Amino acid sequence: MLELKNISFSADGEEKKEILKDITLSIDESFVAITGPNGGGKSTLAKLVAGIYTPTTGQILYNGVDITNMSITDRARLGVSFAFQQPVRFKGITVKDLITIAAGKKIGVSEACVYLSEVGLCAREYINREINASLSGGELKRIEIATILARGTKLSIFDEPEAGIDLWSFNNLIAVFENMRKTLGGSIIIISHQERILNIAERIIVLNGGSVERDGSRDEILPYILKSGGAACSTLTEKAVK
Amino acid sequence: MDAIQKTLLEKIAGLHDVPQGAYNIRANGKLDSRKTTDNIDIVTKEDKPGIDIIIKPGTKNESVHIPVLLSETGLHDLVYNDFYIGEGADVTIVAGCGIHNGGKEESAHDGIHSFHLAKNAKLKYIEKHYGEGDGEGKNLMNPTTVVELDEGAHMEMETSQIKGIDSTLRKTTATLGARASLVIHESIMTHGMQSATTDFSVSLNGEDSNANVVSRSVAKGKSRQLFLSCIDGNNRCAGHTECDAIIMDEASVSAVPKITANDVNASLIHEAAIGKIAGEQLMKLMTLGLSEKEAEEKIVDGFLK
Ligand SMILES: Nc1ncnc2c1ncn2[C@@H]1O[C@H](COP(=O)(O)OP(=O)(O)OP(=O)(O)O)[C@@H](O)[C@H]1O
Ligand SMILES: [Mg+2]
Repeated sequence: MLELKNISFSADGEEKKEILKDITLSIDESFVAITGPNGGGKSTLAKLVAGIYTPTTGQILYNGVDITNMSITDRARLGVSFAFQQPVRFKGITVKDLITIAAGKKIGVSEACVYLSEVGLCAREYINREINASLSGGELKRIEIATILARGTKLSIFDEPEAGIDLWSFNNLIAVFENMRKTLGGSIIIISHQERILNIAERIIVLNGGSVERDGSRDEILPYILKSGGAACSTLTEKAVK
Repeated sequence: MDAIQKTLLEKIAGLHDVPQGAYNIRANGKLDSRKTTDNIDIVTKEDKPGIDIIIKPGTKNESVHIPVLLSETGLHDLVYNDFYIGEGADVTIVAGCGIHNGGKEESAHDGIHSFHLAKNAKLKYIEKHYGEGDGEGKNLMNPTTVVELDEGAHMEMETSQIKGIDSTLRKTTATLGARASLVIHESIMTHGMQSATTDFSVSLNGEDSNANVVSRSVAKGKSRQLFLSCIDGNNRCAGHTECDAIIMDEASVSAVPKITANDVNASLIHEAAIGKIAGEQLMKLMTLGLSEKEAEEKIVDGFLK
């Protein structure tokens, strides 16, 4: 169970821009989607949970433990996983290396290959590739997902996992999430703009302008989002109205 | 060979015992053991310290190991090794120097290696330098490599100096004939108060010759590194030099690439980048459960691999 209590976050910098404003959420469902317009604060929220950012005010609890000031490493070890929206590249580190690090133990090539195959990569071709600039955006995204599979923790947060993934693989991706949900227990949180992903979520949270705009079951929220479809950004609409 | 020498051999050549194929093991300034094959001869020089390694034309899939091991403190070892690779041969040479300095005095190894590759010969040359020691004595290494590639010859050179050498000046000069090609991959890690200078000078003399000189380095502590790389294109040719360095702590790194085209059809590129480990790389590995220190090690190890 993940609890955010009155979380606010401002980025350092010249003018203190408040990116998240007093967010209170508790997440216990097995599959939750977070959506909302670009710049709404979704990635920032995920980074706060992963420990990449520390909230300006408020508290984060994971299974009752206060993790607000815990390091990234300690949270990871507690069982929090985070797939980046923009995966990081490394010179010299191979796919096998990264999956091994993620698994947290020595694993054989065949085991590493299982994770790669799940995300639709022909394992033999990729296992020894470096995670450098030679990988395509979609390949990188899939490897990122494979590392989260290899970790197999109780809380996994995916930041727009579908971005850059081709249509054919998209179906398999949904199957991967369904499968994770069955085998891992715990919660999967997916940040997404895709209707088909929102469609498999139990609960949908809409973040807009740093606040929770909507929060409820899929059946409640999805029709609302689809209806307001074109008006993804309220500021733009407001401007248009004026 | 004693236990210390055996560890050194493992560090520089990954060998637990005497190697396969031809070899010449030099320990504490003297010949320890040698083996030649039908195609590979090794002869001690008469006029100065060192050996001639002569590989017959057409020799395929054979290897030569020539490790140098120093375990006495205060030894200054100097050798001249000449390699003659016959026409059309395709071989691997593994050289390396391991120093264990347990004393107070300076230990040094200066090796001057000259490679003469005949027409269409192919060589993979691997060189590892490693130093260790519990004493205060410094470990110095100054390898000089001279490469001459005849028409159509190809040489791939991999050098690494990963630990324990206090001061190094490595000089590599190469001249390439028509259609000859040279690939150099260097990796260096310095720490503490160490200093390392590498100086490459490549002359692309032959038509359609090409060279690629790539250096990856990590400087930690208060160490200093200087990378000099000079490629002259004197004909229709292609040359590329790249220096990629990670700087940490209070270290200092300079990269001075220089390319000169003396022919309108010479195409030369240099790239140099120096920077600290990207914060997002550390963070990514930390989200996978590594501590910051472990993450740093993984990034450095991968980078130098
Ligand atoms: N380090 C930072 N410094 C300043 N502003 C930031 C920083 N990080 C994020 N922001 C701003 O905060 C807002 C929220 O960013 P965030 O990345 O969380 O949005 P998002 O909801 O994930 O958007 P998207 O759908 O485009 O991925 C944006 O306006 C962004 O420009
Ligand atoms: Mg985002």
